[in-house]
Amino acid sequence: MRIDHKYILEMIEPNSHVLDLGCGDGELLSLLMKERNCRAAGIEINEKEIYKCVERGVSVSHGDIDSGLADYSDKRFDYVILNESLQEVLNPEKVIAEALRVGKKAIVGIPNFCNLNARLQIFFLGRVPVTEGLPYKWYNTPNLRFLSIKDFRDFCTERSITIECECAFDAKGKIAFAHNIFSEIAIFLIHK
Amino acid sequence: MSNSQFVETQYFTFAQAPNELVLKSGVKLGPVTLAYETYGKLNADKSNAILIFHALTGDAHAAGLHKDAKNPGWWDPMIGAGRAFDTDKYLIICANVLGGCKGSTGPSSINAATGKPYGLNFPVITIEDMVVSQKHLIDHLGIKKLLAAAGGSMGGLMALEWSVRFPDTLQSAILIATNYKHTAQQIALHEVARQAIMSDPNWNKGDYYGRELPAQGMSVSRMIGHITYMSERSMEEKFGRKLQGKEKVGYDFSHDFEVESYLKYRGASFVQRFDANSYLYLSKALDYFDLSEDTDLVGAFKKVNTKFLIITFTSDWLYPSYQSKDIVKAMKANDVDVSFIEIETSYGHDSFLVEIDGQSKLVSHFLNNIAKKA
Repeated sequence: MRIDHKYILEMIEPNSHVLDLGCGDGELLSLLMKERNCRAAGIEINEKEIYKCVERGVSVSHGDIDSGLADYSDKRFDYVILNESLQEVLNPEKVIAEALRVGKKAIVGIPNFCNLNARLQIFFLGRVPVTEGLPYKWYNTPNLRFLSIKDFRDFCTERSITIECECAFDAKGKIAFAHNIFSEIAIFLIHK
Repeated sequence: MSNSQFVETQYFTFAQAPNELVLKSGVKLGPVTLAYETYGKLNADKSNAILIFHALTGDAHAAGLHKDAKNPGWWDPMIGAGRAFDTDKYLIICANVLGGCKGSTGPSSINAATGKPYGLNFPVITIEDMVVSQKHLIDHLGIKKLLAAAGGSMGGLMALEWSVRFPDTLQSAILIATNYKHTAQQIALHEVARQAIMSDPNWNKGDYYGRELPAQGMSVSRMIGHITYMSERSMEEKFGRKLQGKEKVGYDFSHDFEVESYLKYRGASFVQRFDANSYLYLSKALDYFDLSEDTDLVGAFKKVNTKFLIITFTSDWLYPSYQSKDIVKAMKANDVDVSFIEIETSYGHDSFLVEIDGQSKLVSHFLNNIAKKA
C-alpha cells in the first residue's frame, strides 16, 4: 500500500461517503471501499485512468476538479479528498472552499516545496529544486502552485478552517517534528 | 458472435383486443408484435439478462449471423463469447422497436382492421411507448430484473427511459452517445430528413406500399444522416478531396469526389433496407422525447436506483457530451451512482458502433462488477 494511502485510510471513519478529486486509477477509493466499507466516487481528468477506475468498480466522472464540484449539493460527502492534486488545479482557493462545501471534512495532501533538500538546492545550487517528491523540471512540471506546510497552515488560519490533524512524512515514514523542514509530503484533515 | 451457430429472429405478439397497448398519446394499438433475438443463456435464477436497445435505423439483429447472410448483426464486435456483452455469462436480448420495420409492428405492418399496411394510419409512437412494449417482452420471458439495459443514440434514450419508468426492474444501465431531450438543431436535422422523404412524389402521403418507393427522398434523408454521424475530421481522413474513378474533376454535375459517391451509395442502399414511414415515425419519437417535460431533470431521477455508465465521444457533434454531462449532474444531485467518460475519438456519432476497444473495456468491467454484486 502506498504510504500516503495508508495515512489517509487512518484518517477516515468506516462506512463513510467519500469523494476523491483527482482520483487517478481509483486505487485509494478502491482501498477505502474494501478496508473501510466506504461509498466512494471520484473525479479524474485523464481518460486512461477512468478505464482503470471502472475496472476496479470505482464510480468515476471524467472531468476537471476546478468545475466538477458544482454538481454536488452541500455536505453531501463525509470526506472530500484532494491528494496530490491541489497543486495542479487552476484555482485552489475555490476548490478548497467547494470541497468544504460538499464535504463535512476534507483531506488535503500536498508536496512540501520547502523541505530541507529543496532548501539546500536553492541555497547552494541556485536552481529550482528537483527532489524525489518533486521530480519535475520547471518546464515540464504539472504543478501550478508551489506551497509549503506553513503556507497551507497560514491559508487555513486566514479562512477560519480548522486543521484537525496534520500528518507529515517522507518515503520512510512519519516525521515527528519540524514538519516544514523535514517532510516531503503532508496530509491535512480539515473542516470549517 | 464468432461461433458457428446461426441466430434466428423470434416474434412475440401481445396487446390483443380488448387489451390493446395504450400509447402515450392515449391511442390504443393492438395486436403488437415485437421481433427479437437472444444470444447466450438465461441462468437458473434469471438474473443475467441484458436488454440492448438499437439506434434509429437498427434492428433486433444485434449480433451473430443469420443463415445465408454475409454480414453479422449491427453490434457484433461488442456481443459474443468473451466480448464486452459476454454471451458465456449473460443472456443478451435485442428487440426491434415498436414503429420499426424489421419485424416489429410499425407503419409498414398490416392493419388487422383494414387488411392493408397502416401507412400514416399508424398512431404516433414515443420512446416511452417503445420502452413499455419491450417491458411486455421481458415479462413474457419471465425476467423480473435485468442485469443491465444498454444502448447508443436512440437506444440510450430507451435505456434512460427504462431506468426512470421501471426503476426496480433494472440493476444497471449503459447510456452511450445519447441525451435526454433533443435540441433545436437535432430536431431541425430530423425535419430536413423528413421533408426530403415527404416531398418525394412517390411518398404519396405515406401510401406507397406495393408501388414505387420514395427512393429519392429516402436517399437524400440518409445522406444527411450520414453526414451527421461522422465528424469533419473522420470525413477528411476517410475521403479528403479524393476523386472517384477519375484523375481530374469533370466540370460537370456527375460526381467527382469520393465522398459524393459514398453518400449516394449509402442513400441508395438505405432505400432497400428501411421503410420511409418508419423513419418518419421514429425520428419524430426522438424529437418528442423529453425526460424533463413533467419536472426538471433532477426531479426525473428521484426514484432511480440504477447504477449507470455513461459514455460519450469527443467528436460527436450530433449528441454532444454536454448533454450527457447534464444527465450526470442531475443524477449526482439525486445521489445516483454514475460513472461518466468522454472517449477521445474522431469517428463522430458513429463512434458507438466503431470505437470498440475503449467501449469493450468499460462495458465488460462495468458488467463484471455489477454481476459480482448481484
